[in-house]
Amino acid sequence: MDGWDFLLIVIRVVVIFVMLMITTLLLVWFERKVVADMQDRIGPSRAGPWGILQTLADGMKLFFKEQITPRKVEFGLYIAAPILATVPAFLIFMAVPFGRPFTLTLGGEPREILLQGADLNIGLLFILSMSSIAVYAVVLAGWSSGSKYPLLGGVRATAQAISYEAALGLSVIPVVMYTGSVQLSEIVEFQRANLQFLGNVIPFIPNWNLFLLAPSFVIFFIAAVAETNRAPFDLVEAEQELVGGFHTEYSGLRFALFFLAEYINMFTMSAIAVTLFMGGWSGPTWDGVLPALVSGVLPTFWFFAKVVVLLFVYVWLRATLPRLRYDQLMEFGWKRLIPGALAWLMIIGVVLAWRQFGNPWS
Amino acid sequence: MVDERTERGTTELWVSGTEEPDWLVAGTDEGAQLMQKEETVERTIEQRGTRVIDDFVIDDSIDSDERMVVNMGPQHPSTHGVLRLHLELEGEIVRKVKPIIGYLHTGMEKTAEELTFLQGPTNVTRMDYLAPLHNELVFSLAVEKLLGIEMPPRAQAIRILMTELNRISSHLVAAATNGLDIGAISMMFYGVREREMILAFLEKVTGLRMNHNFIRPGGVAADLPDGWQDDIAGILDRMPEALVEYDQMLRYNHIWRGRTVDVAILTEQEALAYGITGPTLRATGCEWDLRKSEPYSGIEQYEFDIVTASNGDAYDRYRVRMDEIAQSLRIIEQVANTMPLGDYKADDAKVVPPPRKRIDESMEALIHHFKIYTEGFKVPEGETYVAIESPRGELGCYLVSDGGSKPLRMHIRAPSFANLQALPIMMVDSMLADTIAAIASIDPVMGDVDR
Repeated sequence: MDGWDFLLIVIRVVVIFVMLMITTLLLVWFERKVVADMQDRIGPSRAGPWGILQTLADGMKLFFKEQITPRKVEFGLYIAAPILATVPAFLIFMAVPFGRPFTLTLGGEPREILLQGADLNIGLLFILSMSSIAVYAVVLAGWSSGSKYPLLGGVRATAQAISYEAALGLSVIPVVMYTGSVQLSEIVEFQRANLQFLGNVIPFIPNWNLFLLAPSFVIFFIAAVAETNRAPFDLVEAEQELVGGFHTEYSGLRFALFFLAEYINMFTMSAIAVTLFMGGWSGPTWDGVLPALVSGVLPTFWFFAKVVVLLFVYVWLRATLPRLRYDQLMEFGWKRLIPGALAWLMIIGVVLAWRQFGNPWS
Repeated sequence: MVDERTERGTTELWVSGTEEPDWLVAGTDEGAQLMQKEETVERTIEQRGTRVIDDFVIDDSIDSDERMVVNMGPQHPSTHGVLRLHLELEGEIVRKVKPIIGYLHTGMEKTAEELTFLQGPTNVTRMDYLAPLHNELVFSLAVEKLLGIEMPPRAQAIRILMTELNRISSHLVAAATNGLDIGAISMMFYGVREREMILAFLEKVTGLRMNHNFIRPGGVAADLPDGWQDDIAGILDRMPEALVEYDQMLRYNHIWRGRTVDVAILTEQEALAYGITGPTLRATGCEWDLRKSEPYSGIEQYEFDIVTASNGDAYDRYRVRMDEIAQSLRIIEQVANTMPLGDYKADDAKVVPPPRKRIDESMEALIHHFKIYTEGFKVPEGETYVAIESPRGELGCYLVSDGGSKPLRMHIRAPSFANLQALPIMMVDSMLADTIAAIASIDPVMGDVDR
C-alpha cells in the first residue's frame, strides 16, 4: 500500500460523508414535498428554487441554537447518545457499493477504484451489527434524559428494536443462502446475470433476488421501516403520545444529529434493500454505445434511482397509515414477521438443498 | 352511596368563625384535596368486573413503586388545547386517569351578566369555538323564549341551515384531529380542506369564519347572500365524495380499526349515568337526539335519521360522526329546496333593530334603534332552560332575567364538560396510546369545557 492507496481511501471516505450529508438535505426536502403533495399542500417553497434549500436553512438554525441541558440528565451518556446515533449511520453506508468499480492509472500503475467505502468480506454482518449499535443511542438518550416521556420512548425503542432486529436478520439469511456470500459486492455481481428459474434463463429480466425471494424482501422492508422508527412504526417518537419521544430533551445541534441519523438510516436501509434485492447498481450501461464516462456513471444513477423508489414508499407509508399501538407492534413482529421469516427460511433451505443434492430418494 | 357521603360530612356546611371540622382542609385546590384524610368507608363499585374507587381502578397487587405519574398536558400536542391529564402509568398501562381542567377559564358566564341580551351572542359564540353558531342559537332561543316571540319561517330555516353546516364543519375537525392523534396525519389536511369550503360559505353569509354573531335574539343578522344556492349545491356535491375518501383512508383501514375498535368502551348505562350526550352517547346505542326529542327552530319539518352504533368504542364514535355528516347533508338539501320566503327577523320593533332605511324616514325607528343599541331591549322577568343538539351533545342555556336588559345569570350546559367526565372510566387499564384515541374520540373543545 503506497501513498496513492491511502489517499484513495481518504477521498472515498470524504466523498461518502459529503454524499450522505447532501442526500439527507435532499431527502428531507423530498419527503416534505411529496407528503405536501399527497396532502394538498405546497410544502417548502421559499428557500432556494422549489424550497430545495429549506433543510439547509433548518440545519443552520439548529446549529446556532442554544443547546439546553436539563438539570437531571446523566451528562456523559446524554452527550454520547446523539454521537452514537450518527456514527453508525454513516458507517453502515461504508459497506454498500453504489457504483461500478473502474480502473484508473495513478502513480504509474493501474488501480481499481471501488465506489464503496470498503469492500468488506463480512459486509452484511457489519451492517447488521452497526444497525444494532444505533439502537443503543435511542435507548441511552431516553434513559439519560432523566425525564418521563423520553424514558417511555427509550423503553419502547428497546422492545421494538429487539423484535424487529430479529426479523431483519432472519429476512437476510435467505439472500445469503441463495447467493452464497455475505460480501455485498459479490451479492450485486450475482444479480447482474439474467434471471434463472427452474434451470431456464429468462432473457431481459435481471436476476434480482426480489423476484425469487419476494417474501424476504417484504419482511426486510417492513423490518427496516421499524428499525428506522418511521411511520407507521414511529412509536419511539410518537409526537401525539410522547411529545418528542426519546429526543424530547434534546435541542440545537444535538437534536439535529438525531434528525440527521434518522434520515441517513432511512437512506442506508433503502440502499441495503436495493443492494440485496434489487441488484444494487446493476442495470443497462450500453458499454461501447455510449461514451465511456456516461457508461461509467450510469450504474450509480441506477443505484440512486432504485433507492429513490424505495424512499418514496417510505414517504408514502407515512402519509397514508395511522400509527400502530405498542402491543400491536409487538404482536406483528413476533407473531407475524418472525414466524413468517422462519417458515420462508425453511422453504428456501429445502429448495436449495434439493437443488444441490438432488432428490432425497434418488 | 348518598349515606356514605353524608357520613363523610360533605353535606354539612362550615360557617366561618366557628371551629373548623376535620373534613375541612385549607383550600379547594387539588393539592389540599389530596391531603384530605383517606375515607374510612370504602366506596367500592364494580365497573366492568374491575374494582373501582371514585372511578379510579385500584389494584392492590401492584407495588406503588412501579407507578409513574405523568402529567400529560396542558402543553401537549394531542390534548386538544389545554386539557391536563394526571396519568398513573405502569409501563405502558394506564392505571388511573384524572382530567384536570380550568386552563382556559375566561369567566364568560360572568361576563354575560355585564352584556345586554343583544351583545350576548358575541360572548357565547366564543365558548365552543368549533360550533359557534350552535352557541348563538341556544342563547337566542333562550332569550326568545323569555320574550315570548315567534320566529318567521325563513329565519328558522336559515338558522337550521347554518347550524347544520356548522355541525358538518365541527365533525370534520373531529375526524381530522382524530386522524392526527392516531398518526394518520393526512386526515388532518383532508378534513380541514373540506371544512374550508364550509367556512368559506359561512364567511360569505356572516362575514366571519368563526365567532360569527350571526344568530341573534330576534332572528339572524342578515339574509342569505345572492347565489347561496350555488354554494350549497357545491357543498352537497363535494361532501359525499369526501366522505367516501375518508372511509377509504380510515374506516376500512386495518391499522385504524385495530387502534379504535374495542378501545375506550363506554356502555349505555355508564354514558347515561354520567350525563353524556351527543355522538358519544349515540355510539353506545342510545337513540337520543334533541333534534328529534325536543325539536327546535322547526327542525321537525325535515327528514333525517338518528345515527347510532352499538359498541360504544372509539371506532363507533368516529363512525357516528361521519354518518351524521351525511344526515346533516340531507337536512341541508331539504332546507335549501324548501327555503321559505319572507322576513329573516321577527316583526317586533322593541327587539329587532329597524332596517337602515327606516331610520331616515321614521322618528320611531330612530328611537328604537338608539334604545336597542345603547340600553338594549328589556326581557321580562323569569328563568328558562333551552337545549339544542350541538355537534358534541346537549348544549343548554339557562337564563335568568330580572326584567332588565342584561341577564341576571347565564349558564351554559356544555356538552364537552359532561363528556369529559367519561374519560377515567373509559381508560380502565388501557394502553397509553389509547388515552390519546379516547380523548380524540370524545372530541372535547376546551373553550366549551372551561367557558
